[in-house]
Amino acid sequence: MTEAAFIDIDGGQVRLRGDWTIANYAALAPDVARQRSRIADVADVDLGAVGALDTAGVSLLHDLLGRDRLAALASDASALPPERRALLQAVAGVIDAAAPAPRAAGYAFGDIMERAGIAMLAFWRHVIDIAGFIGITLETSFHVLLRPRRWRITSLVANLERTGLDAVPIVALLTFLVGAVVAFLGATVLTGFGASIFTVDLVAFSFLREFGPMLTAIIVAGRTASAFTAQIGSMRANEEIDAIRVGGLNPVELLVVPRVAALLLALPMLSFVAMISGIVGGMLVCALTLEISPTMFVSVLESHVGLRHFIVGIAKAPIFAFLIAVIGCLEGFRVEGSAQSVGEHTTSSVVQSIFIVIVVDAVAALFCMEMGW
Amino acid sequence: MTNVIEVRGVRNQFGRQVVHDGLDLDVRRGEILSVVGGSGTGKSVLLRTIVGLNRPAAGSVSVFGEDLLGLPAARRAAIEQRFGVLFQKGALFSSLTVAENVALPLVEHAGLKAAEAARLAALKIALAGLPANAGEKYPADLSGGMIKRAALARALALDPDILFLDEPTAGLDPIGAAAFDELILTLRDALGLTVFMVTHDLDTIYTITDRVAVLAQKRVLVNDRLAVVADFDDAWIREYFHGPRGRAAAQAVPPAQRAPHNLSHGGQA
Repeated sequence: MTEAAFIDIDGGQVRLRGDWTIANYAALAPDVARQRSRIADVADVDLGAVGALDTAGVSLLHDLLGRDRLAALASDASALPPERRALLQAVAGVIDAAAPAPRAAGYAFGDIMERAGIAMLAFWRHVIDIAGFIGITLETSFHVLLRPRRWRITSLVANLERTGLDAVPIVALLTFLVGAVVAFLGATVLTGFGASIFTVDLVAFSFLREFGPMLTAIIVAGRTASAFTAQIGSMRANEEIDAIRVGGLNPVELLVVPRVAALLLALPMLSFVAMISGIVGGMLVCALTLEISPTMFVSVLESHVGLRHFIVGIAKAPIFAFLIAVIGCLEGFRVEGSAQSVGEHTTSSVVQSIFIVIVVDAVAALFCMEMGW
Repeated sequence: MTNVIEVRGVRNQFGRQVVHDGLDLDVRRGEILSVVGGSGTGKSVLLRTIVGLNRPAAGSVSVFGEDLLGLPAARRAAIEQRFGVLFQKGALFSSLTVAENVALPLVEHAGLKAAEAARLAALKIALAGLPANAGEKYPADLSGGMIKRAALARALALDPDILFLDEPTAGLDPIGAAAFDELILTLRDALGLTVFMVTHDLDTIYTITDRVAVLAQKRVLVNDRLAVVADFDDAWIREYFHGPRGRAAAQAVPPAQRAPHNLSHGGQA
């Protein structure tokens, strides 16, 4: 459909033929670079045989002929029809402005130091942001707590359903499987010592104290922190947060407090589901491989495992919940208007909340061990 | 004049809501056609139907004489490469800089090397009236008017045959809007573009439009030169063109200057 384009040089005249269009650009560009110097002082340029011409073609003409001859062609009424001159003028008028500015030269070692410094500073600011946001959230929460008329029950219940009820199947299934795996490990190792009955203790202790709340918190961090960030982040990208502010409302009260409250209620309940379902998983493996019947399993559970283990475990759930919700919401508020930014902050919120959950859990385990709880 | 786009008997409906029913529209080669209509009359839906983003429930859309709905995907993609579309909110890729946005089709479809594509992209960006340093910015850092211009630069990247503009001057200041009109006129005259434009801007309609199509009652009520459309006997059209804003726009542009293919505009963009 497009014709090839040519540059003919005939003594004192340059004749251009064919379609000078984007389709021929890649083929023409090396030709143009080669012929440019040869025709530097040829004044007589004939565009009469040029077929189609577009802005890419004019850009090549500019490269070939230079600015002055292009301008001369554009203003010479006899040589070209008016619409073609209009195109030449339009492109010639802007082509100097289009010249790319030279990039500042880099300096490798300095750049590395600069990047490291910027990263450190960003991290420090981020820590301050989290602390500040926790403060704002607590302050607003107490403020709202004292005024029952400002409780947003609808929002709370909706969030409770999304973060709690909807997560029950995945939490139950995953902890059931992990419970079974832990029981298998116990069965393999403890049977060698003739202590296979202690598999019950292993499953119960690990799920009540650690795995129940921590696995749930990690699943919820992946599922809910990301959802909070994406919800608030797209509201921010869409200027909805600004609209809330301008409307005299408090976005923290409207968006953050119901989410934090919902997760504070949902995560302990989910943790309880996780404990039960993990222990059931272990019970099943015990019944199938160790010939410990569920009745025996439950009676061992009653005699060996005290209530305090359950309390130590379930007490961590609200702490995890608060941290996950706060990080998820804060990352949402840090979004800067583009889809890319929503994605980056969603990733960041999941990574941060899983990180903080594991760190807090490790610190809590050390603390409880030292305290003898 | 030949028709580049022929829409015949198109029916669009979303659930129970029928937007178009038996809609016919011709777009002629080299013209600037403005599509006007009240809110909810499906102007943008019509544009999306022609560029292939929305499949009509009935009817046919032919472009360059080929029925788009019946073509195999590859042939259709080749035709769609000859479209340039300026979306209402720009729809720039937010993860790329403006220059990368414009260079993307050049690299992907025209097979240019990165350096050549960057040079041509810079030219398009300048053609669209953006300053040279705009190329390295991300869409999130641009103002509304600059986003429109950057999106126009991307729409023009492959030197399309048909340019679709969805509310091109909405959100621009009057000076910017006038310059945008001039720019579209220059490009149309220089490149032989056909322009399909959805607009509410009466100044644009009076200064650069060749023909106007009015969408109402689920079809194209009238599709003709501005003078004919403005005198059409319909309450909405009368209100539109002879209301206070319509009168002001008409007075600002005396009929003598309103000639189509007005080449004296060329080169001033």
